[in-house]
Amino acid sequence: MKLTVWTYEGPPHVGAMRVATCMKGLHYVLHAPQGDTYADLLFTMIERRNHRPPVTYTTFQARDLGSDTATLFKTACQDAVDRFAPEAIIVGASCTAELIQDDPAGLAETMGLDIPVIPLELPSYSRKENFGADETFYQIVRTLAAPQERTSHVTCNILGPTALGFRARDDIEELTGLLYDLGVSVNVVAPFGATPTDIANLPAAHFNVLLTPETGEAAARWLEKTHGQPFTKIVPIGVGATRDFIAEVATITGLPCQPDESRLRMPWWSRSVDSTYLTGKRVFIFGDGTHVAAHARIARDEMGFEVVGIGCYNREMARPIRALARDYGVDALITDDYLEVEAAIEALSPEMILGTQMERHIGKRLGIPCAVISAPVHVQDFPARYSPQVGFEGANVIFDTLIHPLVMGLEEHLLTMFRDDFEFHDENGPSHHGGPAPRPPQADTPRDISEPKKVETGGDVLVWLADAEKELKKIPFFVRGKARRNTETFATEKGLAEISLETLYEAKAHYAR
Amino acid sequence: MNDLTPPIGGGCRTAPVLKQRGQREVFCGLTGIIWLHRKMQDAFFLVVGSRTCAHLLQSAAGVMIFAEPRFGTAILEETDLAGMADAHTELDREVARLLSRRPDIRQLFLVGSCPSEVIKIDLARAAERLSQVHAPHVRVLNYSGSGIETTFTQGEDACLASMVPVLKDTTARELLLVGALPDVVEDQMLALLGEMGIDNIRLLPARRIDDTTAVGPNTVFALTQPFLGDTHAELERRGARHIAAPFPFGDEGTTAWLQAIATEFGVSDDVFDRVTAAPRARARKAIAQAAEVLRGKSVFFFPDSQLEIPLARFLTRECGMTAIEVGSPYIHDALHGPDLDLLPAGPQISEGQDVDLQLDRARAARPDLTVCGLGLANPLEAEGLTTKWAIELVFTPVHFYEQAGDLAGLFSRPVRRKSLLRMEAAE
Repeated sequence: MKLTVWTYEGPPHVGAMRVATCMKGLHYVLHAPQGDTYADLLFTMIERRNHRPPVTYTTFQARDLGSDTATLFKTACQDAVDRFAPEAIIVGASCTAELIQDDPAGLAETMGLDIPVIPLELPSYSRKENFGADETFYQIVRTLAAPQERTSHVTCNILGPTALGFRARDDIEELTGLLYDLGVSVNVVAPFGATPTDIANLPAAHFNVLLTPETGEAAARWLEKTHGQPFTKIVPIGVGATRDFIAEVATITGLPCQPDESRLRMPWWSRSVDSTYLTGKRVFIFGDGTHVAAHARIARDEMGFEVVGIGCYNREMARPIRALARDYGVDALITDDYLEVEAAIEALSPEMILGTQMERHIGKRLGIPCAVISAPVHVQDFPARYSPQVGFEGANVIFDTLIHPLVMGLEEHLLTMFRDDFEFHDENGPSHHGGPAPRPPQADTPRDISEPKKVETGGDVLVWLADAEKELKKIPFFVRGKARRNTETFATEKGLAEISLETLYEAKAHYAR
Repeated sequence: MNDLTPPIGGGCRTAPVLKQRGQREVFCGLTGIIWLHRKMQDAFFLVVGSRTCAHLLQSAAGVMIFAEPRFGTAILEETDLAGMADAHTELDREVARLLSRRPDIRQLFLVGSCPSEVIKIDLARAAERLSQVHAPHVRVLNYSGSGIETTFTQGEDACLASMVPVLKDTTARELLLVGALPDVVEDQMLALLGEMGIDNIRLLPARRIDDTTAVGPNTVFALTQPFLGDTHAELERRGARHIAAPFPFGDEGTTAWLQAIATEFGVSDDVFDRVTAAPRARARKAIAQAAEVLRGKSVFFFPDSQLEIPLARFLTRECGMTAIEVGSPYIHDALHGPDLDLLPAGPQISEGQDVDLQLDRARAARPDLTVCGLGLANPLEAEGLTTKWAIELVFTPVHFYEQAGDLAGLFSRPVRRKSLLRMEAAE
């Protein structure tokens, strides 16, 4: 038993729904009690899909438990096949149905349906959403993929994107265009938009592009082993990664692969002098393993940030993220405990967070700007506009995404210069965001100054003296956390018990860059 | 002045009810935690369940994430199921940890889920044991919000019903008002009754555990929500008497509800009219504005919160709409009867759901407005129907006079929006 406040991933059957919902001609018969239909709203409301997920829930109730839930399953299954006429069905159990052990797979098999029935074994009490999607897609591919000749020209499949994926719709379009530029056409994109017939045709491609390792790696590995299709290991998010990916495609295909970089604006945007203020901004990165790894490289090598912490919520990616963290000289945080992530961010006090929907809330609470770079996300992160992450346009989009939450460079200078200006101050937030609601005038409560603020730093107690504390308040919020932290570290290293105004400025000089 | 005459063609109380069994597109009772934890400010709701339960809560509450809400899920893991760990020991540990981190918590609800019910974790026993451990600071109760037993708002019913047996005894003649309302609405309700001279009032749920809600043979109670069937039964078991009335939605519903209480407490007509005249006039004016776009239009209710019957009464009688079908997850005659009496005969009344068959009926009827859950709204909009997602009706202050215009507005806004948007080429 583990107490959970928020979860980054749903149960594995939600992963199966992500696969079913993004496909066409496939139906999912899910043995589940009333209430599990809540998952439909993830797709219809959060992703704004205009059709119901192709899922039939058997909807058993307490009074059915003593009698015949197996018949209920068979009736629901037959009704679904008759009504929706799918090319194939997947069948499985949600967490409660797993406990009553009706064996949906066995039941469906005895029904003599004339379409492929793909059984799913998704252990609800040990695995999670990404596993569910990966395993479901793998089982579908394993059942349906048919041995066949390769296409005459060089083709590939794009594997992994699902419903509720981060920018999946636009990544597919951008990647398809990029591959076309390289002389590679796309045979099938799967599971996003694919029919069971398309899945059968996967082996016609020469190789696979694994766009989303979280949800497509098991299928990619199986296709490599069984149908001899190599798959790409680099996810082309960021300028460097996109160039590496192109080189990887060149190696696999033997094509010259000369990409058209005329639309790639990100490197100049990053080099141009206005971006100087980005230098060394301390960022904390958390999300799914794939996006975190890509963003660590972008942050350090393409934005000039300092990466102060990275982590992922999906344990399946723990190993690569740990290795990456060593490379960056930071600790990896592998957890799906939201409160642990919050504590880590609070302790590191970064100047910016790159994270998920959850980290946006953490950032809001701690007053740290946050850019969302990974699922899970809410409705505002399924944009109407074209907004890919992969390829050259993806790099442009990411540059904009990362600077938008920050105070602009020149504004940063002015805020520092006019610290005490009653109108032009940091509490207004970045000027391009629109103003916060005007606050009611604060009652002038006299602060208790008799007791200077004490900080515990691993055994030692540091005391901020009043004038230093006051000076700290004048530092704009977006650097205040760093200043406080640097000063405290400096004081601890020097063995000081008190922080005076002088200590504050000595620390500032010490950390100057 | 209080025209509550039944419709000329008769009401719907004796109309045949269509009962179908199939897939239900509804939330389970855990969802009630989302508003209950805000209402009871010293309560924590601990769901004993699966990752699905935790995911449901945050998805349904997705629009209102708090840094640290007063609810959480003790997620069952394989070791719990395989009997390798004693579920009760594990639960005791998690509760101890939780309460030590949150000393502000005075009442803890252990909430049963589908998995905990199926593997028969005895939460009543756990609540009793934990109550002894953490008394007197914390009271521990239990109820089930599982989908195999409860539909959406029934979770609140189960929660309140679990509190009735531990309410203090009283022999005083008191009015108990039952149902979680937004504080602003609750204050309006208390003010209206207070002006009529009724002030021996208790609330269930109270905002804090220290409040002195009690019950006994001289208690009369009124429900503010139409989904409190079990709580109703528990209160009668304690000897309290129910004041049956239409529910306080709209001008007419609010007046009828207040009138039933006023009659019980012998409030004169003069006093009643003096207190209600001004807010009634305001309500009528506000409803009239929103009803302009609703008049003459048809409405189809999918079952969701058990608010459907009172709301259909409001929309047909006060906003000039025609009901085609009024679906409710459950119909209790003792609760819904007075509203059914007033709802003009004609619509199909249905209880329970086979969602695919009901969608067929809605598509065939092409209603001007379809009230349905979040899973159905966008798909139906894409088919050209206009929808109102039902969950807003439980997340928005809609009771009593001052909210009557807002309530009508919730239904008129999608209709107005559809007529406002113009994206075709000009010619």
